[in-house]
Amino acid sequence: MKVGLFVPCYVDQFYPKVAIATLELLEKQGLTVGVPPRQTCCGQPMANSGFEHLTGGCNSLFIENFAQYDYVVSPSGSCVLHLKEHLHDPKHEAEAGHLRERIFELTEFLTDVLKLDTVSARFPYRVGLHQSCHGQRGLHLSQMSELVAPPFSKPVQLLSQVDGLELIDLDRPDECCGFGGTFCVLEEAVSAKMGKDRVSDHLRHGAEYITGADMSCLMHLEGLLHRQKSPVKVVHIAEILNSNIQ
Amino acid sequence: MNTQTLDHPELADRFNKDEARVDWHDQTLWWVRQKRDKAAHALPEWESLREAASQIKHNVLANLDEYLLQFEANAQRNGITVHWAADAEEHNRIVHQILTENGIPKMVKSKSMLTEECHLNEYLAEHGIEVIDSDLGERIVQLAGEPPSHIVLPCIHWKKEEIGVLFHKHLGTEEGCADPQILTGAARLHLRDTFLTRRAALTGVNFAVAETGEFVVCTNEGNADMGAHLADVHIASMGVEKIIPRREHLSVFLRLLTRSATGQPITTYSSHFAKPRPGQTMHLILVDNGRSIQLGREDFRNSLKCIRCGACMNTCPVYRRSGGHSYHSAVAGPIGAILAPNLDMAKNADLPFASTLCGSCSNVCPVKIDIHQQLYKWRQVLVQEGHVTAAKTVSMQGMTTVLSRPGLFHLAGSVGRRLMKWFPSLVNNRLNPWYKQRDMPAPPSESFSEWYAKNRKPS
Ligand code: SF4
Repeated sequence: MKVGLFVPCYVDQFYPKVAIATLELLEKQGLTVGVPPRQTCCGQPMANSGFEHLTGGCNSLFIENFAQYDYVVSPSGSCVLHLKEHLHDPKHEAEAGHLRERIFELTEFLTDVLKLDTVSARFPYRVGLHQSCHGQRGLHLSQMSELVAPPFSKPVQLLSQVDGLELIDLDRPDECCGFGGTFCVLEEAVSAKMGKDRVSDHLRHGAEYITGADMSCLMHLEGLLHRQKSPVKVVHIAEILNSNIQ
Repeated sequence: MNTQTLDHPELADRFNKDEARVDWHDQTLWWVRQKRDKAAHALPEWESLREAASQIKHNVLANLDEYLLQFEANAQRNGITVHWAADAEEHNRIVHQILTENGIPKMVKSKSMLTEECHLNEYLAEHGIEVIDSDLGERIVQLAGEPPSHIVLPCIHWKKEEIGVLFHKHLGTEEGCADPQILTGAARLHLRDTFLTRRAALTGVNFAVAETGEFVVCTNEGNADMGAHLADVHIASMGVEKIIPRREHLSVFLRLLTRSATGQPITTYSSHFAKPRPGQTMHLILVDNGRSIQLGREDFRNSLKCIRCGACMNTCPVYRRSGGHSYHSAVAGPIGAILAPNLDMAKNADLPFASTLCGSCSNVCPVKIDIHQQLYKWRQVLVQEGHVTAAKTVSMQGMTTVLSRPGLFHLAGSVGRRLMKWFPSLVNNRLNPWYKQRDMPAPPSESFSEWYAKNRKPS
């Protein structure tokens, strides 16, 4: 199995530790993971702003980088969803189709493809899980509260295997945090308010860490926590699954 | 370019100046959303009901012309006068004409978002006709001189204390009285008087049955019935998409509508109007107003399935925190954001961007409209049609250049991070909307790619 790691642009620049944790986690599963050096961005920031027609360059680059892999894995539900829905290239449509089928968000790759049933990690803290919308509703990483259907959650399935970790309940388990890509600056007032409300739900329930499968939402929540001088930290789920805190 | 003075971000910013109010608005609507969840989860067949409703509407939209003609013929046979209105203007003219012909200067009206869309009240007022809204919530916003902020709960943004002040001024309730029971009592007396003295009543239409030529009006207050039964002239206004093929299909929609709207199993009154009673005349106006254009836009056609339950607004985290008026359109919230650009792209170009594309709306929608996908598609259309600022286009082009060239990306990244480290005030300033309430992430000393090049063999 040839696995390629897609590191989204902002993770590469601001959260290298998330990419390192993802890489190490995949390697721990016995996989050889390829990291194409010429990768940049999935194109979502442009597409969600109405400029999908400008994403051709990002698309061809992505295909060039990853077409040779059986699976592509990324620690960002939102980028994965964008690629699944919008990766096209008139010149390489077959490869684009292959990649749309074969790209996975990290937690779904671990649970659905690798069928991981034991996680050897220890993280002795009270943790709140932020279910990012694109992962939850878009990739169906967990059941959403709108639907009348049995509950499940791939991130929870993994987190519940982590030694010492205590997952807290939330009043609104799947409310959007308000990040939303360019929404976070175009609609600053609503975005920040949504984020503050999301943070306080976690704080009310005694979270020491807020985690999730999408670093972009966590970056937004971290920005708010930091401004509030809160001791609560954000940590990507890959870092928890890869940690061994004694 | 936007032609209205304030767009969604600015109006939302204003709404957010009073954070306690935003919290209250959010919690009130969330409470309604939770009632909806309870009602939906009590029906194991909920998801199949949604699917059935969506399919029935699909069939309606695919054969709309036939169903409309069938409905018209049956309605006429029942003794209803049927009118067709191409747009809002024509609709308003028809209503006015019916009233003039009957020498009626005052009309009572029950809830109808279509008449809001057509700005009927303003039109009639200009022509010297007084309209009293009989839905309690609509009456409140009417007294306040505002449009409804929600399609099902028109005055959800008003607190009872504020309604007390309004009623004291207009209906003579005691000063400082905020007791909902007393206030409702006062409104009831006031409206009773209106019902008894108006000779014309206008109602909306929730469903019109092609097979029988009847229409169904759903209310919780019985105000539509009170108006229609007492009036000599009953006018009903409906958008052409409100048709359903057969009576049996009603069961699907009636079960979904109020559960989605308020969490009730069914509206208190679901009244069937099939023909005028002796001595009464009944007019029905079929209004297009942009609907056939939307029908022709394949990507946006599904929006015509909407049964106006408001569930998408209650669930929308943006709507709950920006208020209905921030959408500056008769229908607010996620569904409004995909309907409004159809009517006027330039004026409503901001609305499809007032979303994080979280997708909650699409999944709560009882007729399964792909709302968030349509928001995404509208963004593409609006940009293509030039309804976007030049600054945004330039920044997007710049971003594309950097992001599609790996060398440039890594260079820009490391320069950017260094600058952020050395001169944090470059990004941490008030011109950066991110920084207003949030801190920027602390720039790491090396990017992942730099770390990887040092620590692993390149692949
Ligand atoms: S779009 Fe769906 S959820 Fe929203 S008002 Fe219409 S029917 Fe209800």
